[in-house]
Amino acid sequence: MSEKIATREAYGSTLVKLGETNPQIVVLDADLSKSTKTAMFAKKFPERFFQMGIAEADMMATAGGLALGGKIAFASTFAIFATGRAYDQVRNTIAYPGLNVKIAATHAGITVGEDGGSHQSIEDIALMRAIPGMTILNPADAVETEKLIIAAANYKGPVYIRLGRENVPIIFEADYQPEIGKAVKLRDGKAATIFATGIMVEKALQAADELKKQGTTIRVINVHTIKPLDAATVIKAAWETGAIVTAEEHSIIGGLASAVAEVVVQNHPVPMEFIGIKDRFGQSGTPAALLDEYGLTAKNIVTAVQKVLGRKI
Amino acid sequence: MLNETQLATLTETARQMRGDIIRMLAASKSGHPGGSLSAVELLAYLYFHKMKLDPQNPKLPDRDRFVLSKGHAAPVLYAALAERGFFDKNHLTSLRQLHSILQGHPDLKRTPGVDASTGSLGQGLSISNGLALAGKLDKNPYHVYVLMGDGELEEGQVWEAAMTSVHYKLDNLTAFLDYNHLQIDGSIEEVKSMTNPGARFAAFGWEVIETNGHDFNELDQAITTATKIHGKPTIVIMHTSKGKGISFMENQASWHGTAPKPEEAAQALQELGL
Repeated sequence: MSEKIATREAYGSTLVKLGETNPQIVVLDADLSKSTKTAMFAKKFPERFFQMGIAEADMMATAGGLALGGKIAFASTFAIFATGRAYDQVRNTIAYPGLNVKIAATHAGITVGEDGGSHQSIEDIALMRAIPGMTILNPADAVETEKLIIAAANYKGPVYIRLGRENVPIIFEADYQPEIGKAVKLRDGKAATIFATGIMVEKALQAADELKKQGTTIRVINVHTIKPLDAATVIKAAWETGAIVTAEEHSIIGGLASAVAEVVVQNHPVPMEFIGIKDRFGQSGTPAALLDEYGLTAKNIVTAVQKVLGRKI
Repeated sequence: MLNETQLATLTETARQMRGDIIRMLAASKSGHPGGSLSAVELLAYLYFHKMKLDPQNPKLPDRDRFVLSKGHAAPVLYAALAERGFFDKNHLTSLRQLHSILQGHPDLKRTPGVDASTGSLGQGLSISNGLALAGKLDKNPYHVYVLMGDGELEEGQVWEAAMTSVHYKLDNLTAFLDYNHLQIDGSIEEVKSMTNPGARFAAFGWEVIETNGHDFNELDQAITTATKIHGKPTIVIMHTSKGKGISFMENQASWHGTAPKPEEAAQALQELGL
């Protein structure tokens, strides 16, 4: 677990692999290709790379047009612009007709860091989740990213993929095969369940290890697909463990917490605690300092589990 | 140049399409007559004279594409598709009703022959660019036609897309402007000083052709020229009248989005001789 690779990096190299085997793959970017890593694809397949300049709305609708022309279009920019600035284009040109566009948005969450609050999307999952037919993927490490990018390319329909700026530890083995829509149990337990996504998966595992030392065995579920949510796994956890904590690098409004709570409340209500950004904008700082400032830590997950255990019926 | 028979056929088709538009809007009691009527000649020309199409095979891979960027003019598109045989004319009076194959704005999932879902203004040119880029990648010889409204030019994304069309030298794309000078809250000059759209596109690097949007011969000349321009996209600025063909609707902003009442529809059909 010592190697660290950013999920955006894994995205860039996977795109190249996809480009080599599938001639229908095209990639678009909006002047951020060095940051999103689409530059890797651009270098190898310049005729299939479309630099759109600082024009995210144009990019998303053009991606839609390429998909109408039979292409598998990957469109990249920062999450804040992909889902914020170009929301109507994503919603009306891509999602409404169900076009085969993969919105691979990097620099999601507060780990964007120093650029500050205007660039830190704390609400991208919420925005995408409310769109019918939008599949939402949030890989936890470089391995999962590669597999999910490939899965997304083979999946028919609009997909939003959330990627990060920072280098993150490798969690999964090379032969790991995630399936879109299927949550992954990483640890089993009966006391409570932590549902985590993206960079919080590793922190959830740390929290579970800490709690194990204290004599409490916690189930940890990696939710790489936030929509469609693996409701069966959520309901099972509610029945079998009776207490749930969610953890995401996102607002507690509208993201994983909400998605899980919606299923829990409608099927088998149990106490829940949410680890996430508490309805605040981000700000400048180092990613590490920001994670601490906004409570996105293994320590806080432990505290949340202890709290929810205290509320169990 | 069109011969007499072609001209007569197109003129008659336009008359029938105007009747279809009035009838469907009267039935739905909701929709956009003004901006549908101003585009009748263009759609008649494209769907009956110019575009490679097969009503029996709406997904023909090398078919020409048409994107109605001003999606609210869906009635004129539906009239063209119905007359051309993409679906039974009986569907026209189901416009905007629950479960209809004819939605309020073009929906490629529900209507045979619709190439792109539109409705939120300013996106059609971007979509068309994407289609044109795909065509060039595949060396597929289809041509992409896109119709925009003049009020629609107020959407910034149009200009993002206009840059893209030129940057990527999309000469397999021809855009049309329904230059009827009217939007909803007034004229385009009153609302946003949207003057001289041709000069704006020319400044962005487009080939610009001005024409009378209701004259089939002029349209024929303009479009024939446009499809022969290499290395850059062309826009045909069609000088049109909103509500064209119905005396009490012509050049009235108030007929943008109001459906004719039964007696108004009857009067309109009488004017058309239908």
